[in-house]
Amino acid sequence: MSEHRHDGAAAPRVAVRKTHKLYIGGAFPRSESGRSYPVASADGEHLANAGMASRKDARDAVAAARKAFPGWAGRTAYNRGQVLYRAAEMMEGRRAQFAAELSAATGAGRPEAEREVSAAIDRWVYYAGWTDKAAQVLGGTNPVSGPYDNRSAPEPTGVVAVLAPQDAPLLGLVSVLAPVVAMGNTAVLVASERAPLPAVALAEVLATSDLPGGVANILTGRTAELAPPLAAHADVNALDLAGALDVAGAGDLAADLEEAAAETLKRVLRPDPAVEWEADPGLGRIRPFLETKTVWHPVGT
Amino acid sequence: MSSEDRPRAPEEQAAGAGGGEVGGEAADGHGTSRKGSRLDGQPLEYAPAPESRSVVRLREAYDPFIDGEFAPAKSGEHLTTANPADEEPLAQVAVCGEADVDRAVAAARRAYDTVWRDLPGAERGKYLFRIARVLQERARETAVLETLDNGKPIKETRDFDVPMAAAHFFYHAGWADKLAYAGMGSDPRPVGVCAQVVPWNFPLLMLAWKIAPALAAGNTAVLKPAETTPLSALLFAEVCQEAGLPPGVVNIVPGDGETGRLLVSHPGADKVAFTGSTEVGRGIARTLAGTGKRLTLELGGKGANIVYDDAALDQAVEGVVNGVFFNQGHVCCAGSRLLVQESVAEEFLERLRARMALLRLGDPLDKNTDIGAVNSAAQLERIRALAETGRAEGAEAWSPPCPLPERGHWFPPTVFTGVTQAHRVAREEIFGPVLSVLTFRTPEEAVAKANNTPYGLSAGVWTEKGSRMLWTAERLRAGVVWSNTFNRFDPASPFGGYKESGYGREGGRHGLEAYLV
Amino acid sequence: MPQTAIAAEQAPTNRALREFLHGLPGVDDVGARERAAGLATRSVKTTAKAAALDLAVRMVDLTTLEGADTPGKVRALAAKARRPDPDDPDAPAAAAVCVYSDLVGVAAEAVRGSGVGVASVATAFPSGRAPLEAKLADTRRAVADGATEIDMVIDRGAFLAGDYRKVHEEITAVREACGGAHLKVILETGELATLDNVRRASWLAMGAGADFIKTSTGKVAPAATPPVVLVMLEAVRDNLAATGRAVGVKPAGGIRTAKDAIRNLVMVQEVAGPRWLDPALFRIGASSLLNDLLMQRAKQRTGAYAGPDYFTID
Repeated sequence: MSEHRHDGAAAPRVAVRKTHKLYIGGAFPRSESGRSYPVASADGEHLANAGMASRKDARDAVAAARKAFPGWAGRTAYNRGQVLYRAAEMMEGRRAQFAAELSAATGAGRPEAEREVSAAIDRWVYYAGWTDKAAQVLGGTNPVSGPYDNRSAPEPTGVVAVLAPQDAPLLGLVSVLAPVVAMGNTAVLVASERAPLPAVALAEVLATSDLPGGVANILTGRTAELAPPLAAHADVNALDLAGALDVAGAGDLAADLEEAAAETLKRVLRPDPAVEWEADPGLGRIRPFLETKTVWHPVGT
Repeated sequence: MSSEDRPRAPEEQAAGAGGGEVGGEAADGHGTSRKGSRLDGQPLEYAPAPESRSVVRLREAYDPFIDGEFAPAKSGEHLTTANPADEEPLAQVAVCGEADVDRAVAAARRAYDTVWRDLPGAERGKYLFRIARVLQERARETAVLETLDNGKPIKETRDFDVPMAAAHFFYHAGWADKLAYAGMGSDPRPVGVCAQVVPWNFPLLMLAWKIAPALAAGNTAVLKPAETTPLSALLFAEVCQEAGLPPGVVNIVPGDGETGRLLVSHPGADKVAFTGSTEVGRGIARTLAGTGKRLTLELGGKGANIVYDDAALDQAVEGVVNGVFFNQGHVCCAGSRLLVQESVAEEFLERLRARMALLRLGDPLDKNTDIGAVNSAAQLERIRALAETGRAEGAEAWSPPCPLPERGHWFPPTVFTGVTQAHRVAREEIFGPVLSVLTFRTPEEAVAKANNTPYGLSAGVWTEKGSRMLWTAERLRAGVVWSNTFNRFDPASPFGGYKESGYGREGGRHGLEAYLV
Repeated sequence: MPQTAIAAEQAPTNRALREFLHGLPGVDDVGARERAAGLATRSVKTTAKAAALDLAVRMVDLTTLEGADTPGKVRALAAKARRPDPDDPDAPAAAAVCVYSDLVGVAAEAVRGSGVGVASVATAFPSGRAPLEAKLADTRRAVADGATEIDMVIDRGAFLAGDYRKVHEEITAVREACGGAHLKVILETGELATLDNVRRASWLAMGAGADFIKTSTGKVAPAATPPVVLVMLEAVRDNLAATGRAVGVKPAGGIRTAKDAIRNLVMVQEVAGPRWLDPALFRIGASSLLNDLLMQRAKQRTGAYAGPDYFTID
């Protein structure tokens, strides 16, 4: 309708900014506390406000994860693999966004960020392939000395609280989340405190990738605030402390969390300061979140 | 068919009823003389059949075994270990203190660094084979000693504890030169010095579960036996000497809870393995937080035994009895909760009670004893207190007529009916011969109730329908599921719990993971 | 558990029998074997052993079932049954002699007045493959000749083919033909193969009027294995609870030593109950067992191990 135009110059478009919310039970709520915190780029420029999850948000996330657990663990391994592969597909479609977010968060150059995005996408593919193989590799038949069929097979341990690494906001993030959910666990993940935006973007990918709501729940906020209630939560079965290193002002957070986790005998994956996220992860992050169940049955007529 | 309820051949009617002369001619004249031994329709009384104690040479006092030698503890302290069946003292046993634990850990370190770690696996394995053989050779002695110190029936130590302990060494011996196939990479390394604490319920067997995989993987060990049952571990030390095991590879430090605390918190230990109560396990996990030490825990349980209405009832009764009365119920994986489908509950309980009435409680050394003594006065008190809560909370207790010996610690096999999930006897580990019975209506309800506990060690399922068995086993959150059987163990089969029953597995390839990096 | 057993008076249909027999609780093979093995570890010593040995002697159906059997052989067997140990007047007599039907007359004559019974195998023993008329004629002849007990075989082919009605009818008919003689029904468990089948056949026989259920002919291996006896003892125990009628059990074949016999008695006691510790309700079909029992008796009495040359072979 050019006739309505009064001048020839187009008005600059006002960008639609994203509100960075939490991801709980498949929905994107704001923190129940109403809090947020400013997220800056590597060179100190304000990027956005991220939701600052509270203990209650953590509790809600655990409830959502518990609710989702039986259904997700009960899916066929083949189906879980397809869902994880779908996450890779969705990420692939949003490469540019992830590269830009990563670049802003870490100050990495564009090619480097692209490489990390590729690695993160490939990691989903890697774990998608494990879902229907780990049980064969880790389980087996036990030759007991008696007329019994005796088999051991791995099962998901349940709800896993994951502290994502602080300094590897995308590849590290995928590297800790994917192995947990691949085998049928459900996760409550606390994103890198300083660089949470890739995690929010990942939540948006997961929301559109057939992963049932509640299987992965992503909280942004203060690690030192969110981790202790998760470590002490009686309905959390395991704890990945990857992100418990170098948390400012938290003392020996990993040790404190481990001590809290002892209360209900949680499985704890301790942080490895020398971890290289680019390396072949093998089964190293799958095994800690599995239980071995052994079933006996007589063999007779 | 005639209505008589007890068919007899005519001549037997005469003989059986009269117990005397048979028929008119009685030509053989042996009728009267048979009277004395007649027991038609009367129970066959098993005469006492005690295993001889003479195979055991008890010493008056036992020292710790450190660096290949028995030498007095620096602590200078002792405790008395007694026979729980008659409360007679058996021996004085050292209580190791800090200096002793230090010495033991140092010896283990030395042995690790200088001998054991770099010994070719095939050679390490041969020592384990030797240990297995010596245990088999000294089986009778070991079984009697274990029964004396623990109170469990000789038929269990003879047929289960000791042969199974030997089998664990035999199984793990073969792993020593095949560790590259254990699924831990092509060149797995041992962890180092292992601090191991075992309970009193299977003193020797739990020692075997700990020491055999540790040694096979190239680690050295310091083991603390339970305060009330140290003797078989000290006999095992002799076995190590006899097998020529290099000094320091295995060290035994008897003592009390404080000794255990010193051992698991010792800075020289690289790995801690504990079997015992959830409470103590929790404390150990707290102590080790932040130390980076590896930890495996095998803790308590409140196992559910699910009996569906299509179960093979006679075998299910056996399984339930074996599940909770084996070893006086001092079993972490005991099936202490019976979940029976309501439609067969009454009949099942009738059969269960009839079967329980056949259990023979008494002298643990008698080969016909099914239920021995409770290991300690403290444990007996705990069982009594929990059983009392069952009564106080309105559940109904039943025990077969079962005279208890006057001396010693005894608790009769007991079944609680009218129990709900809210009762303490349905939730807390009693660690005694006490069964709590609950009912269910549908498979979903059975599984929900079975899983409704912070524990997750064992569960049982009884059904003749294969798909229902698999459906149930798949949903039970427990490390070991026994279907149509219960309390079966094997060195090749991984054992260990979910949730608050601990972490890590013992036995099989999975059990090696705890001892390799 | 069956609350009602099969009524002997009626002629149930195959379908009704199938529903009943297949509605019985299953038997877990491994569990039953373990239970039997567990009971075998019971230790019976001293006075208990002495009592058990005497009882076992009195439970023996001393058996000869050979093609080469002759009147002389049967007479010798009868003498052995009447007075198993000529050197020991305290030794009790066996329960019965068990012979082929054509030798019943000889056996009856030889045991007359002693209280020792005469059991006759009948019904086309051991295969059971003959027309019913022949089986009934066999039975009637044996009873007429003086058999006090008839050991019949079931038609295993019919049982395995699911024709429970035929098995039931034959037992009922033989029962009728027995008159006053007692009927032991041989299941031939070695051919039934599974413990589920042993349990079903036990109930089928009890429902059709068996006074005893018997494991085997002795011509098929395995015969009286501990798990089979266990399952049959469970059946008679449960049948008593369901119907009020106590049916006897007779293992036969494979019980050769005093130790085996005592293990059976332990099973009787702990599975069926002490009521069955009675020759009226438990028999052991055997031949060589008797001398081993006697040797063990002698050992109990004298403290020295006995030698076979000191016991008669008949």
